[in-house]
Amino acid sequence: MNSYVDRKYIIIILILLSALLFITKLFYMQIIDDRYKLSAESNSRRDVIIYPARGLVYDRNQNLLVSNQAAYDIMVIPRQMESFDTIELCRLLGIERQDFDERIKKAKEYSYYVPSVFMKQVPAEISSVFSEKLFLYNGFYLQSRTLRKYPKNIASHVLGYVGEVSKKDVENSDYYVSGDYIGISGIEKTYEEVLRGEKGHKYYMVDVHNRITGEWEAGRFDEQSVLGTNITLTIDNELQEYGEKLMRSFSGSIVAIEPGTGEILSLVSAPSFPPDLLVGRGLSANYNKLATDTLNPVFNRAVAASYPPGSTFKIINGLISLEEGVSSPSTGFYCDLGYYYRGIHVGCHSHDSPLDLVGAIQNSCNAYFCNILGRILEDKKFGRTDSAYVNWKNHVESFGFGNRLGTDISGELKGFVPEPAYYDRYYGVGHWNFLTVLSLAIGQGELGITPLQMANMTAAISNRGYYFVPHLIKEYGNGSEINENFLSKHYTSIDSSLFEIVVDGMDLVVNGGKGSTARIAKMNDLIICGKTGTAENPFGEDHSIFVAFAPKDDPKIAIAAYVENVGFGSSWAAPIASLMIEKYLTREVTRSWLETYILNGPQLDKEEIE
Amino acid sequence: MKRGSVIANMDWITVLLYLIMIVLGWLNIYSAVYSDSTSELLDLSHRQGKQFLWMISSIIIATIILIIDHKFYDFFAYAFYGMAILLLLIVLLVGKEINGAKSWIILGGLQIQPSELAKPAVAIALARYLSGFNLKINKFKTYFISAIIILSPSLLIILQPDTGSAIVFFVFILVVFREGFPISFLLISISLIVLFLLSLIFEKVIILGIITILSIFSAGIVLRSFKKMMLSALIIAGNLFVFWGIDSQAGLESGNLRIGILSLGFSSIIFLIVILKSRLRSAGIILGFGIMAIFYVFTVDFAFNNILDSYQQRRINIMLDLESDPHGAGYNLAQSKIAIGSGGLSGKGYLNGTQTKLNFVPEQSTDFIFCTVGEEWGFIGSSIVILLFVFLLLRLVKLAERQRSKFARIYGYGVVSILFFHFFVNIGMTIGMFPVIGIPLPFFSYGGSSLWAFTILLFILLRLDASRMEHIN
Repeated sequence: MNSYVDRKYIIIILILLSALLFITKLFYMQIIDDRYKLSAESNSRRDVIIYPARGLVYDRNQNLLVSNQAAYDIMVIPRQMESFDTIELCRLLGIERQDFDERIKKAKEYSYYVPSVFMKQVPAEISSVFSEKLFLYNGFYLQSRTLRKYPKNIASHVLGYVGEVSKKDVENSDYYVSGDYIGISGIEKTYEEVLRGEKGHKYYMVDVHNRITGEWEAGRFDEQSVLGTNITLTIDNELQEYGEKLMRSFSGSIVAIEPGTGEILSLVSAPSFPPDLLVGRGLSANYNKLATDTLNPVFNRAVAASYPPGSTFKIINGLISLEEGVSSPSTGFYCDLGYYYRGIHVGCHSHDSPLDLVGAIQNSCNAYFCNILGRILEDKKFGRTDSAYVNWKNHVESFGFGNRLGTDISGELKGFVPEPAYYDRYYGVGHWNFLTVLSLAIGQGELGITPLQMANMTAAISNRGYYFVPHLIKEYGNGSEINENFLSKHYTSIDSSLFEIVVDGMDLVVNGGKGSTARIAKMNDLIICGKTGTAENPFGEDHSIFVAFAPKDDPKIAIAAYVENVGFGSSWAAPIASLMIEKYLTREVTRSWLETYILNGPQLDKEEIE
Repeated sequence: MKRGSVIANMDWITVLLYLIMIVLGWLNIYSAVYSDSTSELLDLSHRQGKQFLWMISSIIIATIILIIDHKFYDFFAYAFYGMAILLLLIVLLVGKEINGAKSWIILGGLQIQPSELAKPAVAIALARYLSGFNLKINKFKTYFISAIIILSPSLLIILQPDTGSAIVFFVFILVVFREGFPISFLLISISLIVLFLLSLIFEKVIILGIITILSIFSAGIVLRSFKKMMLSALIIAGNLFVFWGIDSQAGLESGNLRIGILSLGFSSIIFLIVILKSRLRSAGIILGFGIMAIFYVFTVDFAFNNILDSYQQRRINIMLDLESDPHGAGYNLAQSKIAIGSGGLSGKGYLNGTQTKLNFVPEQSTDFIFCTVGEEWGFIGSSIVILLFVFLLLRLVKLAERQRSKFARIYGYGVVSILFFHFFVNIGMTIGMFPVIGIPLPFFSYGGSSLWAFTILLFILLRLDASRMEHIN
């Protein structure tokens, strides 16, 4: 009945054939091929990770901003340890016996066979002595590492810092292993993969006395490391240093951009800290100190602080009114110490009246901009306030507000331009109109804008209608690997011919004589165009704001200065921005009285200068 | 009398082999996790201690299996199968995810892997079905129901997803082959695997060429005509020449692959006409197979890129040497080969392996246990382990063949097939001959569920074997 009984032979043959196959292959691997064998005298293989030097960082004029310094980690393989003079070793390394025991215990808990770090980043004077006596201490060896070094010791918020990888980094990546370094913030983080290079592995044969006896397998399994790539930033190191100096006694931020390219010339966030605090063995202690400082120096205000733009925003409303045709450049509005309508009052200071657009910018007239916001939002062609509002919002966002610009350091904030739904929620659908949102006319209220966005707006105005995404990278590698998004023009929704009118207004803000709000920023042989702002701050003194660009007809620098809690825009932000422009365009500052005034800070009485 | 007969009729050779293997496995697990800090062989907080508990519990399970009446297994075969399917469904719902697969059910302190328990269940259910009274083996219905019994658990395991364990079930093709399913099933599945691997290694054009040449040759052999063979080769060559000529004249640069497909398509039409006219049925079959093979080759790419996970793609690529990546997915394999290779003739001695410890990986005591054997016991030791498996497998074939009941025989071949597949694939991957498929080496690898499953599998056969005389044919 069992007609297929012969088929059992096929199964038996399969079993025998596979065994034969395996034994043949094993014979080849274990007996004939000596590729895998360790020579008799070598007891073990040591895998030394070759950490390539991290790429250097230069400023736009090829001045070195970040370089490297050597340091050594002392590694231990507990299994290979043999008895030695522990007291002598502790003395050599400058540690307590108890500390020594704890470190060894920790290494043993990790693994007996895999090397672990016994002591991190040992200074050169200790490591050089130790390396000569290494033969006394079986199981120990030195692993070279590179740490960052900051020749200028500036721009900590731009550069960021490098530290050990977190557990999460290791889990999420094929590349990092515990103990590796990684860029944690700033451009060190953004360009981590460019700067880090590729680790290599070198395998040595090690004898019982912990001496390297040669390459393992003649280096066949070694992997070459690849040096990190150097990068050039758009930062101007002198300007950056000068900006940090000017902001020494303030909190706030300065962002300067080259309008024709979007390159960030300086990005200052104050208070700041020297970047070399976050290097090497002091890193975590110093970081904790900085992080718990009430002035929050690690916080990068330039990209991560959202402020009301104050009167600097009037330029945008002026442009929108022209674009929408709700008023012409010559339309005038009366101002009697403010704006009055249906019981609403927005105050203003004393100035000539009525004013046209140019005059309104020069004098920063609140009444003028309240009137035109009314015309923009009650524009009949939209029918309803919320449709007109959406149109207004689209114009505003075309200047880069309300969304991340996409610059190349992390932590950038979107800022805030309210949706109509935001007001619907507060007041009910159809229950709000331009009077409800009147504070938008003068850049107050719900608007939230970062200093970077403010500088970018200024660049867009100086370019008469377009901007490049502000960025910090100038070049690296073969020079062509820059994010495409940084190289293309982003047009605003305002016709470029309309900009000349507001630019004339901004000219008069600085150079118009009587009624100009920023006469203090004037320079004799250079036309700076600017706009002051003072943002009301419910938590204390007002913020002082100034945006500016220069020269008027061929802008080389667009700048935003935001100084927290010091009052009028004209009193602090305007001179700071003006000095920065002078420094950048002429490479030296001649107005030493102004510089002294800023460096002495706000403890000086305001009247002294005015 | 009955109990006595079980002991008297037991196949003690198999029991002895089983005991030798689990003890050797245990000693090697100890060595794989051994370091200066883990000293005790019976330390229950370490793997060697836990494995000892698994061994003791396995022996208890084996004893229970031997005590139960042999008819029980036949009678409850479908119930076991149903339970296994139920567990596989439950694990998809409440299973704990380990290494990206929902393969484990946690019951108190116990972790159970239902995919392991599904193996004996399928073996027993398939045996029950195929031993059915009046069953006609070579009918489509039989093929179909067998396929459902075998593939349902496999499908559920793919959903976990644990492709390695799911593939194991395909080995039941050996069982149905032994029972009389057409030999072409076996040949087709083997050639599909070969073609799959070939199409990943070589350019499509080359595979196309190989298939074409094979088809022409087999047509020549089947038709017993050298003239016709040469003629068909000439037709294809002519077509190739024409299309290549058109292409280069018109400057189309459509590439070799497109020209090849176009000329083969055109030639096929000619062949089809000739075949239909002269009623050459066998040549028609060859043509059909050739065309199907070519289609298959093109679906492989799609399947490879869209169905397999990226880690599986990488494992296959590494095995085929298409990707060199000693610190990525191929790391285990590279280290495993170094460890085994460094073992030499007689190995470095028990507990003296350095490679296996220096590059400690979690799979060391589970799927890669054989590399501890290779490093510490050398060529001699690893050959002995392989011979132990051969001895066991051949012994089990003998056991299966001496059964009087069809049920017991089919079940016996189920056991042989599963053990053989695990042995073949596990050692094959450890020494770098197959892609890394995460399945354990029976009786050697660390793990309770797998040891239990293999013990159950084996001892049900031993129980059936002990009562073989009670069946009268």
